[in-house]
Amino acid sequence: MLVFLFRRIAAGAVLVVVVATATFLLLNLTGTDVARNVLGETASRSAVTAKSHELGLDQPLVERYWHWVEQAAQGNLGSSWFTGDSVNQSLMDTLPVTLSVVLTGLLIAAVLSVALGAAAALRGGWVDRAVQFAAVLGTAVPSFLIALVLVVTLAVQLGWLPATGYVALGTSATDWFRSIILPAVSLAVAATAATAMQVRGAMIDVLRADFVRTLRSRGLSTRSVVFKHALRNAAPPALTVIALQFIGLISGAVVVEKVFGLPGIGTLANSAAVRGDAPVLLGTVVVTVGIVVAVNLLLDIAYGWLNPKVRVS
Amino acid sequence: MTAVEFPPAPKRDGLVRRALRDPLAVGCLVVLALLIVASLAAPLLTGYEPDHSVMADTLAPMSGSHPLGGDGVGRDVLSRLLYGGRTSLVGGTLAVLVAFAVGGPLGLISGFYRGWFDAVAGWIVNVIMAVPAIIVMLVVMAAVSQDLNVAMVVLGVIMAPMVFRLIRASVIAVREELYVDAARVSGLGDGRIMRRHVLPVVIAPSLIQATQVFAVAIGIQAGLAFLGLGKASQASWGAMLGDAFTNIYNAPALLVWPGAAMGLTILASSLLGNVVRDALGTAEPRVVRRRKRVERRAAAPVAEAPADRLLTVAGLRVGYPKPGGDKTVVDGVSLTVARGEVLGLVGESGSGKSQTAFSVLGLLPNEAEVTADRMVFDGKDLLGLDLAALNALRGRGIGYIPQEPMSNLDPCFRIGSQLVEPMRKHLGLSRAEARAKALELLARVGIPDPERVFRSYPHQISGGMAQRVLIAGAVSCDPRLLIADEPTTALDVTVQAEVLDLMRSLQQEREMGMILVTHDFGVVADICDRVAVMQKGRIVETAPARQIFAAPEHGYTRMLLDSTLEGGPARGDLRVPDKPLKEVTS
Repeated sequence: MLVFLFRRIAAGAVLVVVVATATFLLLNLTGTDVARNVLGETASRSAVTAKSHELGLDQPLVERYWHWVEQAAQGNLGSSWFTGDSVNQSLMDTLPVTLSVVLTGLLIAAVLSVALGAAAALRGGWVDRAVQFAAVLGTAVPSFLIALVLVVTLAVQLGWLPATGYVALGTSATDWFRSIILPAVSLAVAATAATAMQVRGAMIDVLRADFVRTLRSRGLSTRSVVFKHALRNAAPPALTVIALQFIGLISGAVVVEKVFGLPGIGTLANSAAVRGDAPVLLGTVVVTVGIVVAVNLLLDIAYGWLNPKVRVS
Repeated sequence: MTAVEFPPAPKRDGLVRRALRDPLAVGCLVVLALLIVASLAAPLLTGYEPDHSVMADTLAPMSGSHPLGGDGVGRDVLSRLLYGGRTSLVGGTLAVLVAFAVGGPLGLISGFYRGWFDAVAGWIVNVIMAVPAIIVMLVVMAAVSQDLNVAMVVLGVIMAPMVFRLIRASVIAVREELYVDAARVSGLGDGRIMRRHVLPVVIAPSLIQATQVFAVAIGIQAGLAFLGLGKASQASWGAMLGDAFTNIYNAPALLVWPGAAMGLTILASSLLGNVVRDALGTAEPRVVRRRKRVERRAAAPVAEAPADRLLTVAGLRVGYPKPGGDKTVVDGVSLTVARGEVLGLVGESGSGKSQTAFSVLGLLPNEAEVTADRMVFDGKDLLGLDLAALNALRGRGIGYIPQEPMSNLDPCFRIGSQLVEPMRKHLGLSRAEARAKALELLARVGIPDPERVFRSYPHQISGGMAQRVLIAGAVSCDPRLLIADEPTTALDVTVQAEVLDLMRSLQQEREMGMILVTHDFGVVADICDRVAVMQKGRIVETAPARQIFAAPEHGYTRMLLDSTLEGGPARGDLRVPDKPLKEVTS
């Protein structure tokens, strides 16, 4: 188990480095005059040269890359070309917003998908068909379209929940929840749909297993057979899908944050992308991939914990 | 292994015709056809350029000159909707083409040749799949180009892993079919094998995948445009949504057109994929509704049975609904078991003996249709019992010993907890009492280290041990009847005799009745008092065991006996009665 974990951590680190390098090269090989962009069309040539030197853009690419890696390894992701703000600080400000939304969405998806998937596998008939049909729709419709519908109906028309803005958890737990519930739900739809289908399939397989018949032959209640034994056996494959869905949730969050006016990491990445602010964009990429790796690692551990064959060896 | 008959690739026209019978499919095709027509005929349908802005038309209402009104900066909504459809269609198609152009060949090569190429490709695919797509698109649009079409080409690359995985998996599946090896041996080149055997299998799932990639691409493209990325001159549904969103309080209706167009297109595309899947018969398995209880066929009165009668089954029928009419697997079986009697239920595989045994416990699959004239256990009518009453009887009144020990223990729970749970339920024992009794039982069934096995998971013990654990579980709540389904078939020969001895001694010590399902006359000779021989769902002969061996009446019984006993005496002759149990460590 320890060796397994160590290998996963190493693989995750390699992944972050590879993605960071690719992003760095992509952002720095385009040949646009960054200093000119930062200062605007009217800036003098000498000012542009000075700015270029200040940003270190007159250095050779390899040296700039190495400098970035050195700093990043020490936990410093540099500062914005345009505002001079520390990238670390910007990420610290925006990350809680995105994580609130994404993790709440993940939680909703986990709970709902188990309920729907298990119901479809157990009840069969029209429940099963309804869940399957809803899952096809849910996987297909982009989260920001759902977000738009929710904003227009629940927030703008009915005024039940705030349409925009974020309240920190530390400020007010209720307001925090009210500010993130709609974006979290919009994100959860697709993840719920995909995971519910996986839970359904896994449950159908498990319910056909020999040991389920034997458990039934011992007179255990349906509740125990289904919710204690079958669900526990169906959990590992469902976890694998949830891990994949997490990446989709982060992707969706980038657009959904704009709909709800949330100052999250997606908003940060988006404005950096529009301006061409490489250090900020690079920072967001590294941190997002880092989070994906971390969450996958946690799910791997959960997977191992759920599976005695991995845990006890 | 026998040669595998591979289903021929479905005929294209057959598929289309089947799909066209489904109104849902027709609806999807109509939506997609509309999209294509609107994109091609946009210049004919509207006189406005999509990016031509007139200040006076800002948020203009619907009118003759602007059928759908004007948007937030005075552009014609209809024109933008039509040209936006063009952007979506082109973008989605680009993504699909690139995804298949990149993922398809790589998947083919990876799946066909495996080796280092497969390893490298698999690693790259994992890297790509670990990065959120939209973040990559932001980077690319910031670094390379603001053109949405360029973004869609990149998206195609990002989605290529999905295609790669699908194609690779299909190719590996085909590759492992014997006939590909046969084709190779007969001298077909790799290229021809791929064209002839691999491509036909890959086409159908690829079609489904393509509809999914198309739908996702349109959604992501709209998301990017909604964020404000993309060239201003490129009309798109996403940009329209973005414009409508800024006017959400003034003109929320502006959201409707691009939202509906996009939603419909995406739904049509992915539902079409589903229809194709259904038409191909590769859909998810249907779940049959929860089974009804066993039906009483005729209102037969429960006749008075002898006092030592434990189980009476009369006129049992089990059938499974099949497309061409029901398939009957048990056809009017009647049998009885007295207290303390061991009844052997013998027959070839497929004779219906296991199905008979399961129906007594109510453990047949949901889709089975079970009827009987009478089914009485220890004075209690089993017909029409609800699940709660049945559960009170299972384990407590009737114990069950399965055939395959390793697959009949829940792999996720410790053996101890699997033994303790039924005892706590049926006997109302406390945790400690149940634990003590479980340890006692484990020792009784001949497990050398009960404490260790109690703490173990099923994968940590041997098959012989697991079967002893299952026997302990079956007798744990002191049932009056045991149903054993080929309890020794899956075990090593050395273990078989010991497990059989154990069952015999437990049965005698507790005076349990037993139905022993088996195809092995050696087992019958060992332990059965009476034998019922089954053939094709019917009982052809019932007689005391001794008589069956001495003077079999039915031809089928004689045939079975000849085929099992030829070349040696029955194992029963070799058995030393009351031999002490050996500990099994296999």
